[in-house]
Amino acid sequence: MSVTDTDVGAALPKMRADYLPLLLPVALALVALPFIPSGSTWVTLTIAGLAMGMMIFVMASGLTLIFGLMDVLNFGHGAFIAIGAYMAALVLVPLGGWMQADSVWLNLAAVIPAVALAVGVTGLLGLAFERIVIAPVYGQHLKQILITMGGMIVAEQILYVFFGPQQIPLPLPATLRGSFMIGEAAVEKYRVVCVVVGLVVFLAMLLVLNRTKIGLLIRAGVENTEMVEALGYRITRLFVGVFMAGSALAGLGGVMWGLYREQVNAAMGGELLVLVFIVVIIGGLGSVTGCFIGAILVALATNYIGFLLPKLALVTDILLMVAVLLWRPRGLYPVTSR
Amino acid sequence: MTELLTLSGVETHIGRYHILHGVAFGVPEGQTTMLLGRNGAGKTTTLRTIMGLWRASSGEIRLGEKRIEAMSTPDIARAGIGYVPETMAVFSDLTVKENLVLAARDGEMNQTRLDWIFGFFPPLRKFWLSRAGTLSGGQKQMLSFARSLIEERKLLLIDEPTKGLAPAIIGALIDCLKEVKRRGATILLVEQNFRVAQEIGDAVSVMDNGRVVHSGTMAALAADEALQHRLLGLSLDTHQ
Repeated sequence: MSVTDTDVGAALPKMRADYLPLLLPVALALVALPFIPSGSTWVTLTIAGLAMGMMIFVMASGLTLIFGLMDVLNFGHGAFIAIGAYMAALVLVPLGGWMQADSVWLNLAAVIPAVALAVGVTGLLGLAFERIVIAPVYGQHLKQILITMGGMIVAEQILYVFFGPQQIPLPLPATLRGSFMIGEAAVEKYRVVCVVVGLVVFLAMLLVLNRTKIGLLIRAGVENTEMVEALGYRITRLFVGVFMAGSALAGLGGVMWGLYREQVNAAMGGELLVLVFIVVIIGGLGSVTGCFIGAILVALATNYIGFLLPKLALVTDILLMVAVLLWRPRGLYPVTSR
Repeated sequence: MTELLTLSGVETHIGRYHILHGVAFGVPEGQTTMLLGRNGAGKTTTLRTIMGLWRASSGEIRLGEKRIEAMSTPDIARAGIGYVPETMAVFSDLTVKENLVLAARDGEMNQTRLDWIFGFFPPLRKFWLSRAGTLSGGQKQMLSFARSLIEERKLLLIDEPTKGLAPAIIGALIDCLKEVKRRGATILLVEQNFRVAQEIGDAVSVMDNGRVVHSGTMAALAADEALQHRLLGLSLDTHQ
C-alpha cells in the first residue's frame, strides 16, 4: 500500500510570501519625503542612510548567524570591528602616499591588502576566540555574556597597549573623496562604494546559504543542531567556520566604518555593539535578510530623525526596535525559535 | 542470530535525574525489534543514548564489534545508524529536496533509491520543492522516514512513527518498514500501538522505570495476553 495524495490532504496550504518587511524601508523613505524641505536633501539623506545601513549590515550579519546557529550571545563581537579597523590602519597609515595619490590603482594597491589583513586577522582571532573563550560556555547564556564582555574589554585594552589611547587618522583614498551630483543632490562617492560592498556581501551570503551544501547545513543548524549531528555532520566544525566568517565580516565592517569616520579608536567596537545588537533583534535571530532590512531601517530612521528632530535621534534605534517588536515580537524574519 | 546492536548495563543521567538503570538488550541483525513500554519508561532516552544525543554515564553499547557509547553523535551516524526522532525534526525552513540532500551526506542522491521512496510516499515527489514547514504531520513523518532511508543504513532507530497519524499513512509506513526489513536492514522501533508492533516486530524488549523487564519474541508476547497485561498494563483489545 502506498499513500495517495488524497490520503494526506492533497494540497499544501499556500505559503504566503511575506513581503511586508521588505517594503518597510521604502515606506519609511516615502513617509519622510514630505517632511524634508528639499528633494535633494532627501536624496542625500537617503543615500547616506543606505550606506550607513550597509556598513551596519556587514558588521551585524556575522553576529546574527552566530546567534542563530550557535545560540551564542557574543558581546565580544565589537572587538572584531575595532581590530579590523586597526589592522587596516596598520597598512593604510604607512601607505599614506598611495592613498593620497590621484590614481585608482595606487589606492587599490593600498586598500586591498588592508582589507585582506583585517579580514584575515579577525577571522583567525575569531577561530581562537571560539575555541578558547566560547567553547567552554556553550549553552550557558549568563557565562557567555560575562566572558564575551570580558573578552571585549581585554581586546580593547590590548589595542590601547599596542596603538596608544589616541585616535588614529584613517583618511579616505583620494579617488573616493568628493561627491557625485544627482540633480542638485550631492552623493558622496564613498557612500556609493559602501552600498555596493554591502549589496555584494548580502548577495554572496544569500548565494552561499541557499545554493551550497554548507549553506543548507547552516540553515538546518539554525533550526535544529541536534538533528544535523544525527545526520552525521560535525556541527562543531560548522560552528568554528561560521564564527570565523562572522568575525571576518565584523572586521570588514570595521574597515568600512573606520574609513567612513576617517579615524579609528579602540572604543569604536563597544560603541557600535549596541547598534549591531538592535539590528540583529529587529531582523529576527539568525535571519540574514532580516538583518539586512533591519540595518537599512535603523540607518534611514537615524538619518531622517537626526535631520528633522535632532534631540530625538539619540533614542531612534530603541524606539524603532520597540515598534518592530510590538508588531512582530520575534523580529522581522525570525528563523530560530529560540 | 547475530546481534547487530547490544546494550549492557547502560545508565543514563539527565541533569540530576537518573533515567536509565542498567538497560540491557540486543537487536538481532536483519530483524525488527520493538521497544515497548508505558509513557516515561525510558524508550526515547534509550534511543537518544544509543545515538549519543545523551551520554551513557556507564555501561556498554556495541554496534557489531565496535563500542560506540563514547563516540560523538556524527560518528555514530556515520557508523551506519539512521535516526527518526519522535518529533520528526524535519528542517522546516528547507524544502523537501533540501532535507533529503542533507541526509544523503556522502554525495548525490541515488535516483533509483529516490524513486523507491517516492513509491511509498508519493506526496514527497509532489511537494519536492515545497518548504517542509508547510507539510502536514503525516507528510513530515514521511519526509523524516525518507531522510533515514535515502542512504543504506545498517540500523534504523525509529521513535513512535505512527503517533497521531491517519490510518492510511500508518499503513504506508508499515509497508515501507516491511520492505526495508526485506532488504536486510535492522530496525529498532519504539511504538505504542501494539497492533503495529505485532504486525512488524520480530523481537521485543519491554521497558519499565528505566529498565528492560522483558525480552523475547514478538509472537510470544502477542500470544500471551496475561503477559501483555502485566508488562504493558493493557490488554491487546484496548491497544487496538
